[in-house]
Amino acid sequence: MTLNLLPNIEAPDAFYEALTEAQRDMSEDEANDMNARLVLILANQIGRLADLKEAIRLARD
Amino acid sequence: MLNTYQFPQFDYRQSPEQAAGTVLRHPVVVVGAGPVGLTAALDLAARGLRVVILDDNNTVSVGSRAVCYAKRPLEIWDRLGVARPMLDKGIEWKLGRVFLRDKEVYSFDLLPEDGHKIPAFINLQQYYLEEYMVAAAMANPLIDLRWKHKVVSMRQGEDHVSLAVETPDGIFQMEADWLLACDGANSDIRRMVGAEFTGQFFQDRFLIADIVMKAGFPTERWFWFDPDFHRGQSALLHKQADDVWRLDFQLGWEADPEREKRPENIIPRVREMLGPDAEFELEWASVYQFACRRVDNFRHGRVLFAGDAAHQVSPFGARGANTGVQDIDNLSWKLAAVVKGQAPEALIDSYHAERAFAADDNILNSTRSTDFITPKNAASRRYRDAVLALSGKYPFARPLVNSGRLSTPTPYVESPLNTPDAEEWSGRMAPGTCAADAPVRSGGQAGWLLEHLGEGFTLLVSGPEAEPVTCGAFTASVLRVGQDIEDSEGKIATRYDLCDGAVYLIRPDQHIAARWRSFDPEAIRAAILRATAGTEA
Repeated sequence: MTLNLLPNIEAPDAFYEALTEAQRDMSEDEANDMNARLVLILANQIGRLADLKEAIRLARD
Repeated sequence: MLNTYQFPQFDYRQSPEQAAGTVLRHPVVVVGAGPVGLTAALDLAARGLRVVILDDNNTVSVGSRAVCYAKRPLEIWDRLGVARPMLDKGIEWKLGRVFLRDKEVYSFDLLPEDGHKIPAFINLQQYYLEEYMVAAAMANPLIDLRWKHKVVSMRQGEDHVSLAVETPDGIFQMEADWLLACDGANSDIRRMVGAEFTGQFFQDRFLIADIVMKAGFPTERWFWFDPDFHRGQSALLHKQADDVWRLDFQLGWEADPEREKRPENIIPRVREMLGPDAEFELEWASVYQFACRRVDNFRHGRVLFAGDAAHQVSPFGARGANTGVQDIDNLSWKLAAVVKGQAPEALIDSYHAERAFAADDNILNSTRSTDFITPKNAASRRYRDAVLALSGKYPFARPLVNSGRLSTPTPYVESPLNTPDAEEWSGRMAPGTCAADAPVRSGGQAGWLLEHLGEGFTLLVSGPEAEPVTCGAFTASVLRVGQDIEDSEGKIATRYDLCDGAVYLIRPDQHIAARWRSFDPEAIRAAILRATAGTEA
């Protein structure tokens, strides 16, 4: 297991703000579409299949 | 019926055994004279067996069936001497392009390297392919091809199968030591045996239309997601012989198949796709839905399943007929060895081990493609659409676009017939893999490596120190690189990592059984024994 579950995001509040701010004026559908694209962009950054599968498992359970 | 093709009518003849009322025992009976059954007859005959093929019809495949034939099945047909007319008549291609709306988002090259005799793919209507193989089968004295013979019941004995066969002259009995069920996805034999055939159905319908037109589209596979001419669905365009083009429109689950296949409903769709000025004639149309499933075991006693009778996939990936022909490649040398008493019946069980593994790989790939093209729920449709939207802008998303992963051979990496490597090797030719072709010269003539592999086991060696090795009934002949054949472009050296002294043991179906860095007859004997399911005497 190589997934980092300790704090790793620099400036957590700023990240969270950016995420919610991006969707402030979106409909539910638009926000869900954006989330799907965001997952794919972040998944590509991670790349390693074992890490991605572990992340999917953590998110699902 | 078709504008471009006259269907042949083959003559029914009453067999002497039916006329005489005697029950004959045949070594091998093949049910179904489609691409898989015909390949089986040709391959078994090439290995010296007498074969009877039964077909309930008396012509070749009618309508829009298989179109794309991949490199490996063409190599098998080349080994059997029937590939030439297919290659001459077929349309060669290797590039696939994927469009979102009217913009290309992804393309793939199915044979990015040169130095292979056989192209990546040809497109050819199934009836031509069958016609060429029927001609070869009818000319072969070992093959008894019987039209209008329908198996109506069967019973398994301890060491044979009894069949009741219906012909225009009534019903008669025959027996077979081995029965090959090559009778398609709706196999009667499978039902009679009571074999399980389970898997996944997809809730979607597709309109397949073959049209005749003169058009300047390149001979590439073009696949659209959400095209402007067919919004919200997918579509496919692919060229076949005689200026016939295969069009495929996704319709959705709610579509009414009877309504959709009427010409007055098809022609406007095609016109929207090709533009108002396109001149075309509708050749054939049908509406399909898909399933991915496989038989529980490829062997039930003396009944062996191959092709669609054993496994069914969606058409995205051209994995149906292509993998069926590879079933036969795998089975025929094993069955011939068992029938001739050269190998134990356990060798036949390795047919299930290797080809069920390949079928599962095909089903996995086909299911993934179909799940991308036909998302199962709103969430997966959202991801699919996100992949497509991103793929237009960013390269990273393009490999996720799945319009069908096209058929390539599945290496039998877990096969019990393999002797695992004891040394380090580079390249892709691990045990269980299908031997890669390469250009060679022999006696001053240019040729190809696969043409030089024998009907039996072959030792592909580099360097002088090697001699034929015998193990029981099997003798591996020697093919010396640098002596029997010249590695004219150095491709054998790189594709096989064939350093001086290296030895490959290649099976009769041109798959790698084992390899060593030096010649060791004892190791080779042990590997042949293992590859033929033999046991030490």
